[in-house]
Amino acid sequence: MKVGQFRMWAHRYSTLIILLVPLALIALIADLSGQVVLQRIVIVLFINLILVAALQIFMGNSGVVSFGHIGFMGIGAYASALLSMTPEAKAAALRSGYQVVEQVQAPFILALLGGGAVAALVAAVVGFPLMRLSGAGAVIATFALLVIVHVVLIHWSEVTNGPRVIFGIKQFTTLWIAAVCGLLTIVGAYWFKETSLGLKLRASREDEHAAASIGINIIIVRWVAFILSAFVTGVAGGLWSHFITIFSPVAFYLSQTFLIVSMLIIGGLGSVSGAVVGTVVVTAIFEILRSVENAISMSGLLSGTLAGLTELVLATAMIVILILRPAGITGGQELRWPGKRFNSEMQGEHD
Amino acid sequence: MNMVNDILQFLINALSLGGLYALMALGLALVYSILRLINFAYGELVMVGGYSLLVFGAGPLPWIIVALLSVLMAIVASLLLERVAFRPVRDASANTMLITSFAVSTLLQNGALLLVSPRTRAVRVPSFFIENVTVGGLLISKSNVLSLVVSLVTLAILTLFLRRTVLGSALRAAADDFVMTRLLGVRANQVIAAAFAISGFLAGLVALFWVGRTASVVPQIGLNPVLIAFVASVIGGMGSLAGAVAGGYLLGFLTVGLNTVLPQGLLDFRQAFLFGIVILLLLFRPQGLVSGMQSTERI
Repeated sequence: MKVGQFRMWAHRYSTLIILLVPLALIALIADLSGQVVLQRIVIVLFINLILVAALQIFMGNSGVVSFGHIGFMGIGAYASALLSMTPEAKAAALRSGYQVVEQVQAPFILALLGGGAVAALVAAVVGFPLMRLSGAGAVIATFALLVIVHVVLIHWSEVTNGPRVIFGIKQFTTLWIAAVCGLLTIVGAYWFKETSLGLKLRASREDEHAAASIGINIIIVRWVAFILSAFVTGVAGGLWSHFITIFSPVAFYLSQTFLIVSMLIIGGLGSVSGAVVGTVVVTAIFEILRSVENAISMSGLLSGTLAGLTELVLATAMIVILILRPAGITGGQELRWPGKRFNSEMQGEHD
Repeated sequence: MNMVNDILQFLINALSLGGLYALMALGLALVYSILRLINFAYGELVMVGGYSLLVFGAGPLPWIIVALLSVLMAIVASLLLERVAFRPVRDASANTMLITSFAVSTLLQNGALLLVSPRTRAVRVPSFFIENVTVGGLLISKSNVLSLVVSLVTLAILTLFLRRTVLGSALRAAADDFVMTRLLGVRANQVIAAAFAISGFLAGLVALFWVGRTASVVPQIGLNPVLIAFVASVIGGMGSLAGAVAGGYLLGFLTVGLNTVLPQGLLDFRQAFLFGIVILLLLFRPQGLVSGMQSTERI
């Protein structure tokens, strides 16, 4: 039994090794190359990875679709930026900020956690009623949530500078901070699946009624996962805002939602491997297309700009992938070391 | 007298906006009720209608012909989407279908961005869209009256179609229980194509009025209609056709009501209030106003 358990653990860790090592290598190569453009791409890759993994924590395990998560990214981005900015910077960037908001200043790490905490708090308040919904109702209600957050961000000028950009944020997020946070999130998301909460959540995804019949309070487990996932998303928003340093509410709306959700679905939402594979594949397609788009614009072959070509091809690629592999590239399975011996022991693992 | 006028004014505005919303919601709910597909690309059908108005309107054709052609284009686009994008994923999970429609929506929007123009384009609309009439001290815009009448007539005709024709009955049956309907010998492809055609027709019709309000078209024009259609059909009860219409009218009344009630400073947050109310409604009735046949799973 002990040997069997050890093997199972070794088998489980094989997924983490397969996922973490190549990602760490990507970060290392980007660091050693010394190319700023590549480093920026890799930083965004890791931040998107955190966002996708956070979405997977909730959506993948509960089976409830959320289109509202990018709203939490926005909340985390603004909250952490306001926490870390100096009072002078805030006075310059926000025309009519509140006194309390202007006076507070926290170190980067606390600002990040604070951003996550504010996002989690909002998720806790609005999430409870939402967790009663599933299927189409959840899609639309979380979509409505995204719209509400967007409208508030755009019009709450005292805190967000309205639809205009907010500036004066110090750049804290380096390549390695983003990479370490990304890798930690993957470990966390992978570990979460196996916790009691994660198992209950997955049980409720497979069969709501059966899960309820063995005493799982579906609303509560979904709610806790939603808050946790919003916290991670908020932290990712903070990392992003301290990388980009100048942004406006438009950054946290439909195109970002489309990007993150499509990464998860293309990879396969049932597994953390799906989140990683989807993020890497979509980022690769995206960057290749963008360089093609730039090359075409620069060469002057076509008059005018090629705005929208990248999204156009990405959307087409997505439709093709979904037609060919409806459950995503990984099919919702974790990537494992090829080993037939453990397959029987891992029966409960497939999802 | 003033009070009565205000109420009448409110009713006309709410009914005309609600009528438009009801048409939008119905177009979305029709497809959803059969396929369980939340069609994000529905908004882009409105966009197709809008750009058709722009393209055909540039010529010497009379407006009514242009309008008919635009509605036709929206129907064709809807059928085309069903055939090319949605049929291959029809048996996949609801999430996959949802994301497919999201991708189709992005595809069409960026297609318009790339091929037409990212900028707002002015569309020729007939003068009655901007004219007002005064009836007994009431200032009424003709387009409001027109959309009120058109939506009511369309809903009446659709009701007749759904109740009195074989295809209509098949559609309603499929909305209630698609598997059973197929077992009874109704052809799935035919019913689904009919649903998409009607959905496209409604989107095209909505496009006439939606574009008429601003006399312009942009690639993102479909966003608001599709949001409204979503929300209305959720309040109404996903999968219920009558519910979608009821939800549309309710949303129209809420919107016009918020416009009247909210103080100037909060008017910017109107959409947030509207969607907040929607979430509250869902809290008390997660199944919507009218629960569809499949809204609760039987064990």
